[in-house]
Amino acid sequence: MKRLKRIIEKLIEGILTVSGAVTTIVILLIVVFLFREGAGLFRSPAVEKGYVLCVDAGNTVTHLGPKQIKEIFDWEIENWKDVGGRDQQIVVFRFEEIFSRYSDEELGADYELLPEKLGEVISSTPGIIAFIPKQYMPENVPGIKVLRSDDITLSDFLGGREWIPTATPAPQFGVLPLIMGTLWVSLFAIIIALPLGLGVAIYLSELAGERMRKILKPTIELLAGIPSVVYGFFGLVVLVPLIQKVFGLPVGETALAGSVILAIMALPTIITVAEDAMRNTPRAMREASLALGASNWQTIYKVIVPYAASGISAAVVLGIGRAIGETMAVLMVTGNAAVMPHSLFEPVRTIPATIAAELGEAPAGGAHYQALFLLGCILFVITMIISVTAEAISKRQPNRGL
Amino acid sequence: MGKKTNQSIAFWTFRILGLLVVAILFWILGFIVWHGVGVISWDFLTTAPTDGMTGGGIFPAIVGTFCLIIGSMVIAFPVGVMSAIYTTEYAGNGKIVRFIRVMTNNMSSIPSIIFGLFGMSLFVNTLGFGDSIIAGSFTLGLLVLPLVIRTTEEALKAVPDSYRTGSLALGATKLQTITRVVLPTAFPNITTGLILSIGRVSGETAPILFTVAAYFLPKLPASIYDQVMALPYHLYVIATSGTDLEATRPIAYGTALVLIAIVLVMNLLASMMRRYFGGKNKVN
Repeated sequence: MKRLKRIIEKLIEGILTVSGAVTTIVILLIVVFLFREGAGLFRSPAVEKGYVLCVDAGNTVTHLGPKQIKEIFDWEIENWKDVGGRDQQIVVFRFEEIFSRYSDEELGADYELLPEKLGEVISSTPGIIAFIPKQYMPENVPGIKVLRSDDITLSDFLGGREWIPTATPAPQFGVLPLIMGTLWVSLFAIIIALPLGLGVAIYLSELAGERMRKILKPTIELLAGIPSVVYGFFGLVVLVPLIQKVFGLPVGETALAGSVILAIMALPTIITVAEDAMRNTPRAMREASLALGASNWQTIYKVIVPYAASGISAAVVLGIGRAIGETMAVLMVTGNAAVMPHSLFEPVRTIPATIAAELGEAPAGGAHYQALFLLGCILFVITMIISVTAEAISKRQPNRGL
Repeated sequence: MGKKTNQSIAFWTFRILGLLVVAILFWILGFIVWHGVGVISWDFLTTAPTDGMTGGGIFPAIVGTFCLIIGSMVIAFPVGVMSAIYTTEYAGNGKIVRFIRVMTNNMSSIPSIIFGLFGMSLFVNTLGFGDSIIAGSFTLGLLVLPLVIRTTEEALKAVPDSYRTGSLALGATKLQTITRVVLPTAFPNITTGLILSIGRVSGETAPILFTVAAYFLPKLPASIYDQVMALPYHLYVIATSGTDLEATRPIAYGTALVLIAIVLVMNLLASMMRRYFGGKNKVN
């Protein structure tokens, strides 16, 4: 009986030990699943799934990258020599055009003659590039050649300046505008929030009386507790129209609206962490400064703030982290235009907002879906770097043993 | 300018900034209460949306959020408490504990949309739960895990060491000490953490977007494999993509008010409990 008890006890302690590692396990799982889903993007061809690009057999070009394909179909590249071929005009042929060239009878009742006709068109048009579904691909026609499309590469993804996941024939997954959008909105949010948050932190730690603290502390807690979707809603019905009116803009959904909302949301983090850092200043240092004849204010900005500098930097870094990962509020107020941002008064789109807005429409396992998971990976890496940095910075707090 | 003038300018600036923060909170809360309070009625709370969500109430969303709160707590609470017991009672103060703490910290800084992606990949697709309460509960449960762990750790640390040594001296085993002495003493503070976690879970939108939330589903869930509506997602939907934004605005205000009320009540409850039991623990 006693032995059984001891065995059970050991068992429970074993379970406790395992559960101690639960956060580590979850983080590992997140890494594995995010990267597993995302990595598939670099194995998927640039052309939309189920379609092929064909050229006439005389063409010397053998493969194209996603950007080239897009520019050809947008008539931005008009000559084969720009993509490494001969000096020859490019003739763009989209699959639908076959129906304007041939009547339904000529194509057959079940379109069984369609591949043959496609073959005729392609082989008889020098310089053509045809975008057609795989199932209608003409087979055994000597005059045509299937173009190999390059896989999407890491540099296409990280260096691409266009995010158009629904473009045909080659969707564009350039993440640069989204990264820039995220950075613009978050950095400007911190520029707004930092002076405000620092001021309040100084007030709370050095000046505020007991009564004011009793009001401010719960206020900050409540600000931190309000759900982000409520902030987003507030921004949408109050801030967006306000910004539109004040600055006379065509639309109020701008990077600025996102920054202001994010600034409010990052305030609690900044205030709490910075205040903690300032409170940790040893009493001896304050008193030494005051004894030397410095005023309270001089003591604050010449002794306390420099002493707490590392804690304050940690507050800034954590605030940025909070802002970068924020999804719903930003999604609701920034207008979500996936373009390179040029000013604060234009709509932008951030990484988390893109994931939230598009994942619902992206078919599981497709290139778009994989690209969104890769965005998640980028976001994950950024926040991990920020979190580790904040930890390292706040450890640098000077020696307390004064 | 003398140093006195400098000081009073600076101090007044800080005072005004402090008041500004209070003003911001009251602006947001006041705005939503002002517009939302007229919408709240018994009918609003107990009927389903009608007329393409331009009429009716938010009952299914309230029920859905309630299901998700229970589901996520069933998952996060036991695991979180056990994890905290391990780190405070067993692991000592070595490298392992520091590593675990760093990991818990890191986990709490992961954006909620990442949990959404992860939940969709693991629970919805890989484990085949589909969009369901169980998938959403797991996702939300993982999201609040760091919060549960941290608050429980603090609660356990607040138990005086003399309790533990006293119990051990009476011949109790370590596990008996934990279950019969430490946990009961720490229980009120652990509950405070639970309430805070509920507040957090009920407001999260990004993690449930792709794991459970339904755009419009007037009937109530029959099993844990059903989709549900949820308050935060409902607010997002009617605020941004309704068919008739003007007509849905009042409902959006009402939903926002209910959501804020839940979160605020949880926060207030937690801080009241903290004050009450915190004072009690000091006496001991």
